[in-house]
Amino acid sequence: MADGQAAGQTILVVGGGISGLTTAVEAAEVGYNVLLVEKSPHFGGRVTQHNKYFPKLCSPTCGLEINYQRIKNNPRIRLMTLAEVEEISGSAGAYTARIRQSPRFVSQKCTACGECAKACQTEVANPYNFGLNKVKAIRHDHFMAFPSHYYMDPDFARTDEAKKLATICPVGAIEPDMQAVVIEEKVGSVVWATGWKPYDAEKIMPYGFGRFANVTTNMRFERMADRFGPTGGQIIRPSDGKEAKNIAFIQCAGSRDHNYLPFCSRICCLASMKQATYVRNAYPDAQVTIYYIDLRALDRYESFQKMVEGDQGVRWIKSKPARIDEDPKTGNPIVVGENTLTGVRYEEPYDLVVLATGMEPNSATSARVPMPDAHYDEYGFVVSAGGLFASGCSSQPNDVSGSVQSSTASALRAIQTVVHAKG
Amino acid sequence: MTYDLTFAKEVYKNSEEGHWIKMCMQCGVCAGSCPLGFLGAWKYSPRQIFQMVRAGLRDEVLTSSDMWMCTSCYNCIVRCPRNLPITHIIHGLARYASVQGKADPKQPTHQFAKDIFWENIVATGRVGEAALTMKLYFKDGIGEGIKQGLEMKDSALGMLKAKRLKPLPFRGKIKGYPGFKAMLNKAFELENKKEGKA
Repeated sequence: MADGQAAGQTILVVGGGISGLTTAVEAAEVGYNVLLVEKSPHFGGRVTQHNKYFPKLCSPTCGLEINYQRIKNNPRIRLMTLAEVEEISGSAGAYTARIRQSPRFVSQKCTACGECAKACQTEVANPYNFGLNKVKAIRHDHFMAFPSHYYMDPDFARTDEAKKLATICPVGAIEPDMQAVVIEEKVGSVVWATGWKPYDAEKIMPYGFGRFANVTTNMRFERMADRFGPTGGQIIRPSDGKEAKNIAFIQCAGSRDHNYLPFCSRICCLASMKQATYVRNAYPDAQVTIYYIDLRALDRYESFQKMVEGDQGVRWIKSKPARIDEDPKTGNPIVVGENTLTGVRYEEPYDLVVLATGMEPNSATSARVPMPDAHYDEYGFVVSAGGLFASGCSSQPNDVSGSVQSSTASALRAIQTVVHAKG
Repeated sequence: MTYDLTFAKEVYKNSEEGHWIKMCMQCGVCAGSCPLGFLGAWKYSPRQIFQMVRAGLRDEVLTSSDMWMCTSCYNCIVRCPRNLPITHIIHGLARYASVQGKADPKQPTHQFAKDIFWENIVATGRVGEAALTMKLYFKDGIGEGIKQGLEMKDSALGMLKAKRLKPLPFRGKIKGYPGFKAMLNKAFELENKKEGKA
């Protein structure tokens, strides 16, 4: 440990998305040791899947690159990928965390030259793009992937093909026999930053996602708009690959709804307005329609709304649509509902419908805090208590800047805990 | 502009499930889900009725025939994001309009529920299908009744053959009819007490 800091003064940060990265660099840069644990093969989390940030419409890679540089230059931060915290025992200032690191099957010798992926014959549905395209079984997730090492899925690593790939790697980095490692660490405080996943749109039965090819979700649309995404940035209909120029966005798809996700996720209104700009920039003759209950462009984002409202190609309909049908001849989704400002009922066909689904905290399902006295609110967000601090979208629905603010605050509270424990 | 919540409060208190109306966020899912809306069967959607209640439009709401058009398909209840029991609220408003003497006595559903069906079942303690059907067909006069009866005669004969229709209009009272009548009287007593008429 740098400066001989006691092990118990280390801050454990769980989750390597924008929130965890922020907490890690903020705490480390004022002199505290950090262990940053990420479940997937790369850091960056959800923000890497985004094409642009609102409201500045800039690329997320910019802010990520700065954070990666800060991490690389800081000896106080230890990184673990493919690692999950299995158990946390003890109390504030003196926790013991058991961490399991799954094998990557590619060592740190990897230079990401890509020879293995070129030779690899096996393709799998790409989870990074929500299965919208196929990808080689040995890969990294995106061009900005950090750490810049490839990885293999465990199923593929056991195949003969994986063993063959090991022989062609120029630096001998591929290790199909790599095993899981379990370690125990003494830490003083824990920051939980395991983020969110998009609400499962298939559950919203009346909207037909999963049954109708041309009904998609906002996160899939984000991947589609990304030039490194599955369509190379082309906004097209999944059913026939034709240009999608008449697009409807449905706000609160599953959100603020007792049948599905009861709360407002705060980001979907702005996300749809942002995505409306993608469509309008791609096709000058495009028509965008936004169905909404009420628009929630919080505080300074109102100016973004005004900007989008100034575009004649964007139409706003105050209505929560009742259902979506499909025209079997054209594959056009037909949105059905009542315009609540006019009282007129509509049935309108579109090229593509985008469901603005909300955020489901991972802490509600796949990333529970393995601490006996961990508390959650009614929706599964983590409640900070003792030496455990919820950060970013583990604490509440947040946009990126809100997550960064929340994570800086968590860094400070985590530091206070280890300082008090030292006495 | 000031809000007059007199009527809204009256509905919240007196109309069955009426208190739920304050939870409505006017999203329009009920209106879009109602199968009758696209048939033009009603003028105001459930959402609009709820907003009219809150706006204090007492006469417009209580004289409206829209509450009587509900077929109890429950689409609105299933989809309402705020768990409002919309079907039941609508039925409650219909009944409240009837109790208040505001509902059109010639509104077919109202007439059927209040007079034809009710009288039929109270008379014997059971539904006499033939009498019920005849009363319904002849409610608008003999000419209309014969016309409708002829239109439906194949169905009626088919039902008779399949023993789905009892041919005799009057089968007499159920066993224990006095008990049934006592139950009804008690229910009326409780209902009147609730509505402050006792």
